[in-house]
Amino acid sequence: MKEDALPPDTSAVTDDELNTLLDGRCTADQRARLEQRLAQQPQAAARLQRWRAQRTLLQGLHASVLQEPVPPAMRDAVLRANTRQRVVDRWWRWGGMAASVVLAFGLGWVLRGSGAGASNGLARVEADFVRQAGVAHVVYTPEQRHPVEVGASEQAHLAQWLSKRLGKPLKPPVLTTEGFELMGGRLLPGAEGARAQFMYQHADGTRLTLYVGAVPTGPVSGETAFRFSDQGPVPGFYWIDQGFGYALSGALPRGTLAALATAVHRQL
Amino acid sequence: MDPNELLAHIPGLRRYARALTGDAWAADDLVQDTLERAVAKRLLWRVGSDLRAWLFTLMHHLHASQWQRRAGERATGPVMDLDEVQAELVAPSHATDLGIDLQRCLMQLPEEQRAVLLLVTLEDLSYEAVARITGVPVGTVMSRLSRARQRLQLLLDGGAAPAAAAPPTTYPPLRRLKCRRRPAPHHERRRPAP
Repeated sequence: MKEDALPPDTSAVTDDELNTLLDGRCTADQRARLEQRLAQQPQAAARLQRWRAQRTLLQGLHASVLQEPVPPAMRDAVLRANTRQRVVDRWWRWGGMAASVVLAFGLGWVLRGSGAGASNGLARVEADFVRQAGVAHVVYTPEQRHPVEVGASEQAHLAQWLSKRLGKPLKPPVLTTEGFELMGGRLLPGAEGARAQFMYQHADGTRLTLYVGAVPTGPVSGETAFRFSDQGPVPGFYWIDQGFGYALSGALPRGTLAALATAVHRQL
Repeated sequence: MDPNELLAHIPGLRRYARALTGDAWAADDLVQDTLERAVAKRLLWRVGSDLRAWLFTLMHHLHASQWQRRAGERATGPVMDLDEVQAELVAPSHATDLGIDLQRCLMQLPEEQRAVLLLVTLEDLSYEAVARITGVPVGTVMSRLSRARQRLQLLLDGGAAPAAAAPPTTYPPLRRLKCRRRPAPHHERRRPAP
């Protein structure tokens, strides 16, 4: 017994061990010991090399699918979920109320947008507007290739075009000091005609949309204060001013959104 | 459940489903079913738990039941006409020869081995997560993984001379690799090798 050191481990490296090495599922210590054993076992080492090549090959399989836009049917399935989620949320939240009230509310919700009985007036119009702004946000912000119809490089044209279609002089607000660059805008159909969406992007990739359009306000004054909504698919601030609705949406903290909404409001 | 979070998982689900089924249409059907199921069962999902693992679990169950149903059909009856399904077999966009070859070889692995291999390799899920998703012990995951890798390697090497192994990680030489064709039952659905 000249040395205390353990004899080198010469047991054959198993396939399970190769797997843990390959998939990065072993500790640095285990890894070092495995590599030591593999140095003595050319057959297992060759196997590892071939499996590694196989793994790399597999990881490239159908990689292009990751870049494809999400098919509309899948998007719809997810967004539909959200609408239903809101109904469910409300059921829970208002669970203590008389059943008839809840039922009436539920019916009103189901019938929203169907045009039947606008007794809720501004509230219903607002809810519709905010919902449409949220949906437009989640539909277009993930777009890599066509996030906007007209890019910010053609800003004069963009402003002119959207102003004409919405029947109101519009100029996309500048949010550079808040860290958001204008990407451009697009024209969208709304419940009562044309709507416009301006999209902005932060250096970190976060996208913000400003959704604008006429809202039928009826006999009411047609103005509301800033309101925050986190019921839709994306949080946002919205307000109605002189018969025009504005919704600023983005996956951002409430405080940041409030500051941005103030900046937008100031410029309109 | 945040729909944006759900939306963000769709590309990954689609890629996995495509590799699992080898068929773009069947894959998107499977993803669609998975999303509908996720939406229907969303109250069962615990906030804060791993949404991706949960989605893969749902997909795994759906696929397993569809697979059983199709296995039943195969046993009792209708044989696919190759001309009829040919259009479905062609990947819709820019699939490379390499991808087609690799996919063809993958399809010759037993279903459960293919699933484990793809969850570990494509999705980089831990063995424990894969065990939970597929509902088998970790030991079974490990042995399926080893068998899948051995068999896929055999299939990939099938057409090439054993000594002339292509250098690893470089793609073009691997283009020439062909599967060794075996008479597996699901062969009827696929195009013969060119």
